[in-house]
Amino acid sequence: MYGQFKTIDEANRAVIDKVVSGAPFLVDVVPAKSVIKELNGKVLLHAGPPIKWENMTSPMQGSCVGATLFEGWASNADEAFKMLENGEIEFIPCHHVNAVGPMGGITSGNMPVLVVENRDGGNQAYCTLNEGIGAVLRFGAYSEEVINRLGWFRDVLGPTLSKALQVKGDGLNVNVAIAKAITMGDEFHQRNIAGSLIFLKDIVPYILQTDVDDKDKQDVIQFLADTDQFFLNIAMATSKAIMDTAREIQHGTVVTAMCRNGHEFGIRIAGMGDQWFTAPVNTPQGLFFTGYDQDMACPDMGDSAITETFGVGGMAMIAAPGVTRFVGAGGMDDAVTTSNDMMEICIDHNPNYSIPTWDFKGSCLGIDARKVVETGIEPVINTGIAHKEAGVGQIGAGTVRAPLACFEKAIDAYAVKLGLIEPEVNE
Amino acid sequence: MLYTIVKQNSYQDSVNLMLLTNKISTMEGINKVQIMMGTPANKDILKAADLYTEELEGAASNDMCIVVDTDSDEKIQEVLEEVDNYLSNQAISGSKETFETVRSWDKATTALPDANLAIISTPGQYAAEEAEKAIDRDMHVLIFSDNVSIEDERRIKEKAHEKGLLVMGPDCGTAVVSGVPLAFANVMKTGKIGVIGASGTGIQEVTTEIDRLGAGVSHAIGTGGRDLNDKIGAITMLDGIKALAQHSQTEVITLISKPPAKEVRDEVVNLLQSLSKPVVAIFLGEEPHNHEGNVYYANTLEETAAIAVDLVKGNTIKPNYNTLQGEVPAVELKPEQKTIKGLYSGGTLGYEAATLISRGINYDNTGEHEEGYLLNANGFEVIDLGDDIYTQGKPHPMIDPETRVQYFQKAAQDESTAIILFDVVLGYGSHEDMAGALIPGIEKIQKEAQANGKNIYFLATVCGTDQDPQGIDEQKAKLEKAGVILRDSNNQAVLTALAMLDIQIEEVQKEVVAAKETATAEITVSEAIEKLLTEKPSVVNVGLKKFTEAITANGGRVVQYDWRPVAGGNPRMRKILSVLR
Repeated sequence: MYGQFKTIDEANRAVIDKVVSGAPFLVDVVPAKSVIKELNGKVLLHAGPPIKWENMTSPMQGSCVGATLFEGWASNADEAFKMLENGEIEFIPCHHVNAVGPMGGITSGNMPVLVVENRDGGNQAYCTLNEGIGAVLRFGAYSEEVINRLGWFRDVLGPTLSKALQVKGDGLNVNVAIAKAITMGDEFHQRNIAGSLIFLKDIVPYILQTDVDDKDKQDVIQFLADTDQFFLNIAMATSKAIMDTAREIQHGTVVTAMCRNGHEFGIRIAGMGDQWFTAPVNTPQGLFFTGYDQDMACPDMGDSAITETFGVGGMAMIAAPGVTRFVGAGGMDDAVTTSNDMMEICIDHNPNYSIPTWDFKGSCLGIDARKVVETGIEPVINTGIAHKEAGVGQIGAGTVRAPLACFEKAIDAYAVKLGLIEPEVNE
Repeated sequence: MLYTIVKQNSYQDSVNLMLLTNKISTMEGINKVQIMMGTPANKDILKAADLYTEELEGAASNDMCIVVDTDSDEKIQEVLEEVDNYLSNQAISGSKETFETVRSWDKATTALPDANLAIISTPGQYAAEEAEKAIDRDMHVLIFSDNVSIEDERRIKEKAHEKGLLVMGPDCGTAVVSGVPLAFANVMKTGKIGVIGASGTGIQEVTTEIDRLGAGVSHAIGTGGRDLNDKIGAITMLDGIKALAQHSQTEVITLISKPPAKEVRDEVVNLLQSLSKPVVAIFLGEEPHNHEGNVYYANTLEETAAIAVDLVKGNTIKPNYNTLQGEVPAVELKPEQKTIKGLYSGGTLGYEAATLISRGINYDNTGEHEEGYLLNANGFEVIDLGDDIYTQGKPHPMIDPETRVQYFQKAAQDESTAIILFDVVLGYGSHEDMAGALIPGIEKIQKEAQANGKNIYFLATVCGTDQDPQGIDEQKAKLEKAGVILRDSNNQAVLTALAMLDIQIEEVQKEVVAAKETATAEITVSEAIEKLLTEKPSVVNVGLKKFTEAITANGGRVVQYDWRPVAGGNPRMRKILSVLR
């Protein structure tokens, strides 16, 4: 019934073994269209499960406008809006083309993407580069500043990092960076400063060896030094590459993807392959910059919940004392409680990423959809909070829960697929 | 207007500063405030919030920038003090708990691998299922929950018995195992008297009385009220008696029960007669006239404790322990004041009062009662305020004084009422100061009665020990100060109340007669039960968190299982989870 496995538990074990044996390397930074063939037309990738233009949040629509301008498909925002409204541009979820994207997740052909290779599975995953904070495309801004920065990414940052990685030769071992950074207080969603620092430390010697113009070298290094969250996108591509290898085992109830498009939250489980199980997204709760409040918060967006799927992010709250207070106004005890709660829905600890503040227990490993339904404990996701109007940008940060209904639908479909229960008849 | 303070080289994490901003913004006279490090990106945020000032121009990334919009410049000093105060006191104080909290059985057993007892206090409909999960994990079970069907009770008890495990309950309100009080239980001296009972407050009254008389209790096992029903056949009672019989530190066994079905009673008594240890038994409501062989029969809970204590001390057993002690308070009553109103929080204490008063007034109280009444005859009333009909949507009267005070008033309005009789039950789980909570109501009634030129007497017994969290001496002192007449046991309280109305009960003198010959039974006790009676239990507490307190305070180990219904109680999901194993 479960392929070569005798039980669901055995299948789940095989999936998580693949997660543990993952060997992620950051090997290159390339134009998205060179690795994602679908991007060679008027196509945009977006975060989350499939979505139509009219259901997108305002920030995601703003991101689409920005990408349309960046690609030169339209000469101004009005024109871009018209094209998008008229359906002239096709949308594909990042997840369908081996990619992940933060917040809106809008990715177009000429944007550079990180290439993370999982040498255990031989597959690759892609993610755009982190733009820093303030007016940025992922939060729906499409001003000149945003478009210019994307141009600099395309012309300078991407090529420079690519050259540096070629000098390095066999790629940067991301597992090593994650293992180090988790002991330095990162959980790889809300806090990536240690990972970003390690990346800077690793990459700078190679950047200096490239033939890139000195001014550009200086700008690139400065940008990396200023961008605390740069490593987030590396962690996302890494999580995606590893979870994609693991989900080649198409049995069992381990969650292999979680993502949101501002309209719906979607999950996949191993036993149901590519199928999405969706439910309306929640809106993150957290702390806000002055002048902003909960009412202005945009519903949950982004593929970044792939980090939680992988067992870090909110699942590893205890690793990052510096951001635990987003859980509420609580301290370490709340963080321990959160991570302990998350272990109630996970199968094991990941021995690769030992967390000192958790008595050196490894990060969470393998969210079991059955356990989520059984206990009613929804995975917690650490997240930035976007303003619900495009272009305002980030207005706070906090946490959000993956809706229980996704997990209920997933195990329901799996039980039906296995012939263990009759499909529910809707009245 | 906007005020800007730049604290140079004063780095703080952005989360801290957001929390600090939230705090300052609640201060009076502050229109708006933002505290951020002076990074370029943050300056943009300040601009967007219309909080940008020229002073910020020179601020660097490591400078803390405080921008305050206020109408009064006097506020600035206050804000700065608050900021410094906050930054120097960032440690978050949380109360440290000495036990782990989990949300599933798997995690519970990981957290406490040698757990051997589960306390189940989930809603009744789920209790049987959770009890079975505990039994599957080789744990004894105390089911505090009620509303478990008798079929479920039988199935669980048979399954446990097969595995050599003990099921206390359902509806087991109290137990003490190896000195660890479980659920609603008193703290008492450890000693040589083993108690087993089908009644919660019956056990509490007997064990606290044993403690007061200077002896101690080895274990107090609750069986649940229906264990001696013929559908259950005393499965727990029989296993429990055997366990106490084999437990070397237990020298005397004490049994408390309502009268069981005939066949069940015979089986239990046969077992008792076959033991080498002396036994004291009370079948509440019966009026025994003899002791039989090894088995001493008591008429009251007080007598039960007294016989047990004399047995353990090696004293000769007296023919009767029910004599009224202490002086009968002089009373001044109006001619119409002739009745007692018993308003009890402990069901068995109320039952005992009803039995004794019926005897006193020569009333046959064996028939059916109106709902909630234990006795209702000629103006004499005894009510169990812990009965389901009084606790619908309200806390139990051991926890909440409200219902009782209400019934005190109702009783006082009845012209025939001379005495209001009640109990105060102490111990873990009960109200932290029930005496203090009842006194205002009592004083009000007394005042009103005096204004009407009459007396209403309050007479009570406090069921507890000096080791209980509430402290029996303090509780007594408070009640006495409020004019409540106190007696040490429920029996004495009832006898005193009757005597105040010139009613006496004929005392039964009992002598020992030979029992019919019974072969000494072969007693085998499972290893698991033996362990339960020789070591402090390791407990999984499924449900009510307050039960953990008594366990940790008395040397037991516990893991708290914050129980929720599986899959939120969704039947299809429960089905799916059961097929996806």
